[in-house]
Amino acid sequence: MSAITVQTQPVPDEAAIAGQARRAVRRRRVLLWAARAAAVVIVIGGWQLLANAKIVDPFFWGKPSGIVAQLKDWVRNGTEYGSIWLQIWITMKEALLGFGFGVVTGVLTGVLLGQFRFLADVVGPFIKVMNAIPRIVLGSLFTVALGLGVTPKVALAAVLVFFVVFFNAFQGVREVDRNLLANARVLGASRLAVTRHVVLPSALTWIIASLHTAFGFAIIGAIVGEFLGAQKGLGLVIASSQNNFNPDGVFGAMFIIAVITLTAEGLISLLERRLLSWRPKSQNDPGMA
Amino acid sequence: MASAFAHIELTGVTKRFVTPSGSAFTALRDVDLVIEPGKFCAVVGPTGCGKSTTLTMVAGLDRPSAGVVSVGRRPVDGITAGISFMFQADALLPWKTVIGNVALGPVFRGVPKREARSQAREWVRRVGLAGFEDHHPHQLSGGMRKRVSLAAALINEPSILLMDEPFGALDVQTKAIMSNELLGLWEQTTPSVIFVTHDLEEAIALADQVVVMTAGPGTVKAVYEVDLPRPRGAVQEIRFEPRFAELQHQIWASLREEVERAYARTAAAPEAGQS
Repeated sequence: MSAITVQTQPVPDEAAIAGQARRAVRRRRVLLWAARAAAVVIVIGGWQLLANAKIVDPFFWGKPSGIVAQLKDWVRNGTEYGSIWLQIWITMKEALLGFGFGVVTGVLTGVLLGQFRFLADVVGPFIKVMNAIPRIVLGSLFTVALGLGVTPKVALAAVLVFFVVFFNAFQGVREVDRNLLANARVLGASRLAVTRHVVLPSALTWIIASLHTAFGFAIIGAIVGEFLGAQKGLGLVIASSQNNFNPDGVFGAMFIIAVITLTAEGLISLLERRLLSWRPKSQNDPGMA
Repeated sequence: MASAFAHIELTGVTKRFVTPSGSAFTALRDVDLVIEPGKFCAVVGPTGCGKSTTLTMVAGLDRPSAGVVSVGRRPVDGITAGISFMFQADALLPWKTVIGNVALGPVFRGVPKREARSQAREWVRRVGLAGFEDHHPHQLSGGMRKRVSLAAALINEPSILLMDEPFGALDVQTKAIMSNELLGLWEQTTPSVIFVTHDLEEAIALADQVVVMTAGPGTVKAVYEVDLPRPRGAVQEIRFEPRFAELQHQIWASLREEVERAYARTAAAPEAGQS
């Protein structure tokens, strides 16, 4: 072996390379946030300008300053149905209760049907049919049958959530590695132990993934339920804003709902990270946080 | 010495599978095989000859269509007690740590969690993974995962150990190391072993008897006694013994026909690849 080293310029050491890489990462992050801020300014500012210039009619489409004024007014003087916090609380209560019921029943049904093949084959077509029905229409039924209180909204939210969670739990149980099941059985696991140690943890990945979508559906269920007939809630606020030709009110309520949903999304992600901490770090994190 | 529970006997075992479309397919036909307690038996044969099916029936995960599988001189009925199974793919739970995986056997048998974990700790040390107790499977190399599987299989102190190409997915060096490790651990407790493999050299280096199966439907073609002395020592070394070469030559002559027959068939009908 010959030992010829060609060295035209000093080779930077590892610390220097790492420092460079860190600076590049930081620069990219600053650029990213600047671009995001610019996007917000352009969209909101553009909207405001176009509305001020009457190119976009604020009577129909509202305008940012009007939305802010509306939100301030709600916080200060409340809505026509009581304080804004009460409306938020009512809607949250409906969505959370519906979410809870839907998740619990969805997981139970999914795990049960996933494990008993015959049962799954029997009810499979019925579930498909029910899934094909536009379930949002059930809201009308619930409103008529259950009145104007919280119950019909909870029911609607729960039905919407149920199907999302159910299909994921069912699929998750079906996807359990057969080797893992056989191994657990050979090691002497009872049916219950197999479910607890193998099936549930394995399906959890699927179930938790479904919770993100499911919470969105819970909010939709609550809002639509209120829309169809209620005495309180953000959906009612939207409906009355619509009737009063008040687009700023619609947008304002929409903004509040978005904040709620994003908060819930964050909490679910936190739960996901905690429960699924055993998973390998994803190679290509989308970086949507 | 190994207990009478470790006696395995297959008499006239036939196994047919019915495909979802309704056609039947025979995986095993008239298999007769006796494995004495404490023997290490390797099963070789072409792909799709029903080697794995034999193991699942001994374990009680599956039933024969005809004939009797008996373990400890009693017909298998339900999951066979005192058995451990090592699969080709890792059967480790990815959400449990090394300790948690190894402790599964005792936990399933109702041993209190603390005690199960301390037993598991001991076995993790025995397979040379001390210091990795709290790692998750995805953080380990293929060879290390096999060690965890081995510990998880042996912690129940099985009288029978079933292994389905356990080291098939490993590179050659790791495979040799794992084979030595397996022999070392086996020699301490001598459970009866059925070791399914494609690799004839591996079979001879490890086993007391080598069973050659025919191309599917599989049946026992011949059984060869491997009279190499024990303890065998390093599996890489034993390959150079003249007796090893002799046996390999002899068994390969028998196995080769079957492999060629199976190959000709898969080449003719590419969809018939079941194992």
